[in-house]
Amino acid sequence: MTTLPATSPTRDRDFVLLRPFRLIGRTVIGGFREIGRISSFSARVLLACVTPVIYLREVLRQCLKIGYYSLPVVGLTAVFIGAALALNIYQGGSRFNAEQFVPNIVVLGITRELGPVLAGLMLAGRVSAGIAAEVGAMRVTEQIDALLTLSGRPERFLYAPRVIAGVLMLPLLVLVADIIGVMGGWLVAVGALDFNGALYLRNSWSFVTSGDIQSGLIKAAVFGGIITLMGCYQGDRSKGGAGGVGRAATLAVVGAAVLILASNYVLTSIFVRIGL
Amino acid sequence: MIVQNAPIIELRGVHKAFGPKQVLRGVDLTVAPGKSLVIIGGSGTGKSVTIKCALGLLAPDKGEILFDGEPAKSAKAINALRRRTGMLFQGGALFDSMTVWENVSFVLLYRDHVGRAEAKKRAIETLAKVRLPASAADLRPAELSGGMQKRVALARAIIASPELIFFDEPTTGLDPITADAVNNLIVEQVKALGAAAITITHDMASVRKIADEVAMLHEGRIIWRGPVSALDNSGNAHIDQFVNGRAEGPIQPAI
Repeated sequence: MTTLPATSPTRDRDFVLLRPFRLIGRTVIGGFREIGRISSFSARVLLACVTPVIYLREVLRQCLKIGYYSLPVVGLTAVFIGAALALNIYQGGSRFNAEQFVPNIVVLGITRELGPVLAGLMLAGRVSAGIAAEVGAMRVTEQIDALLTLSGRPERFLYAPRVIAGVLMLPLLVLVADIIGVMGGWLVAVGALDFNGALYLRNSWSFVTSGDIQSGLIKAAVFGGIITLMGCYQGDRSKGGAGGVGRAATLAVVGAAVLILASNYVLTSIFVRIGL
Repeated sequence: MIVQNAPIIELRGVHKAFGPKQVLRGVDLTVAPGKSLVIIGGSGTGKSVTIKCALGLLAPDKGEILFDGEPAKSAKAINALRRRTGMLFQGGALFDSMTVWENVSFVLLYRDHVGRAEAKKRAIETLAKVRLPASAADLRPAELSGGMQKRVALARAIIASPELIFFDEPTTGLDPITADAVNNLIVEQVKALGAAAITITHDMASVRKIADEVAMLHEGRIIWRGPVSALDNSGNAHIDQFVNGRAEGPIQPAI
């Protein structure tokens, strides 16, 4: 005996039976809707990146924030990864007497894969979350509405400068990461593994091709776009006070990280096919 | 008979829902050029949503907004509307990455592409109108008190001489003395520009100071509208309850 409001038995049964289908349908439709929203947001922002007016002052400010201030985190990541990579390759290479290939494989691994991917992932944390939190706070304190009433367009004034800065700065950061990563490997090789320092560097330099470096830099530019776009998108959509801003930052980091790893695979397979 | 001025802005049957929650159920409003209308109503009755619809920040589900006789629906029409209006947001909504003067002269810098020296000069002139010293120009919004932030936001709203200004709870969060000063500034600056104004507030002191006319929003509709002088003998139970601030009456407290 309950005093719940009367619901018709047919409706109740429908509801229970349909529940799994509703759940699947809702998830699938929701997923497609999200992809659609991200795509149209990205298209709008990318259009704003390549058509006037571009606010150079804002672009420079963002370059400083995204590029320059990310140097420590990228440098630290690269030096440790390079060092660990050298140890691992030495250890693995010794199983078939190939220890001497440490410099070659370190430089290949860093420039083609670990430099861009790890710098990208670290910056997904630093930059994506930072942008999402900043834009999200602007959203919940009505600064974005204020921008609109002042005839400013958020995609031009807020998002395009960040995305341009991301696409320009990430390759530069990765170039730095490449150099520091190789030096991390060099430190371990010379310090712990008895390599000749000059020979190590000569081997690295003569082995690496411009294609290795270029492919890493192209990846970096794409990751820079992903990181900044996800930050802007999640920040733009955030609502509901401090909790909403935190949620936006989390979603931006997760989204950017997953997209970086997925696009890394796609880009790598393209580069392998065209022989870059 | 006096010919009525064509309204500067008109809302016709504006409906807006957020998910299952129907906020506006057909708001009709007109404001004549140079007149000041204050919208009162309890918390959560849709006052902010009304002016966000009027500014094109939210798209109404049904109904239309006419600005100077033209429907403000296309992006172009909404841009034209925003060029000729100003808005003072509740929390000020100053850009905290910019200095005070960059905030105030935002439209000059980024819409009209005025040079930075000239823009700063005009920002300082406008700051003087809201009784802020030139020394405030280079501060960041975070370094200002709440009352000063409101004044900077007012300066930003009036710098391009708008024909219509929206005020979203201009005195909320201010002490009574600062609130009165802000009210005085609003009246003074709106009069000086000859602009129309739409203010939403639940501060009755503010209403009496700012309003030519008062409209009451309740359950998503305008249920009463009249001159500010008629506020105390409106014969409307909703108005009486609101004006006298009683928890008992036809309006349920929002708790």
